[in-house]
Amino acid sequence: MGNPMKIRAAVKEGVTEVKVLMQHNMETGLRKGADGNLIPAWFITEVKAQYQGRTVLEAQFGQSVSKNPYLLFRFKGGAAGEKVSISWVDNTGDSRTDEVAITA
Amino acid sequence: MNMETNLERRKALKTGASFGLLAVLGAFGLLKSGAAMAEWNKAAFSSKTMEDALSAMGMSSPEDGAASIQLTVPEIAENGAVVPVTVASTLPNVEQISIFVDKNPNVMAANFVLPAGTEGMVTTRVKMGKTANIVAVVKADGKYYRTAKEVKVTAGGCGG
Repeated sequence: MGNPMKIRAAVKEGVTEVKVLMQHNMETGLRKGADGNLIPAWFITEVKAQYQGRTVLEAQFGQSVSKNPYLLFRFKGGAAGEKVSISWVDNTGDSRTDEVAITA
Repeated sequence: MNMETNLERRKALKTGASFGLLAVLGAFGLLKSGAAMAEWNKAAFSSKTMEDALSAMGMSSPEDGAASIQLTVPEIAENGAVVPVTVASTLPNVEQISIFVDKNPNVMAANFVLPAGTEGMVTTRVKMGKTANIVAVVKADGKYYRTAKEVKVTAGGCGG
């Protein structure tokens, strides 16, 4: 299920700014653990942002995205109280969706 | 390690990798219910060089985007594990933004698809193993533009 994301969506002058902080280890698969063995790759591969059921951003991530990925983007439209949802899928098939109401 | 165990290990790795891929595809199907999703480009994300990554993304000869792309990165990153990157463009109809780190083991960091109505900018954070160029490719009106900036890394982000 993954851990909850922190999402903020705020509308100003007809543009909604969305900030997302996902909680994910984003292991590259190239690091060695304390036992000297490689830690398997474990990272988010796809992210999708939706506003009122419409896709406003899609992203594909590789291993070079930092641990606990951060994302900021803006889309036209949005009103206080309307919903923005963010979903991710990682390379193990785990996924998570969180939703937030837009604030003015 | 003798030859035989090495072969076994290879086999195990191979099986593991294909299971992983299946899992991704399965989850992909689940998420796909809404609008169609751009596919995770395995070839691009496992590319070891900029050339391979760009060609896997179909961006082989982007135009110079130094004037039309605003790439904001720190000059010096004290911590290579968290390097903030903002790519913005004044070009009309920005459809796609891709971010690469040219000296990382896997050079492609992220690809963003921006539908109409989404502004032509995105901010994220990337890992850098050592001093390298952060490369941004922007697709606007069907054309690709590229720019790059060097970030000096004093402590790498891929240490054990």
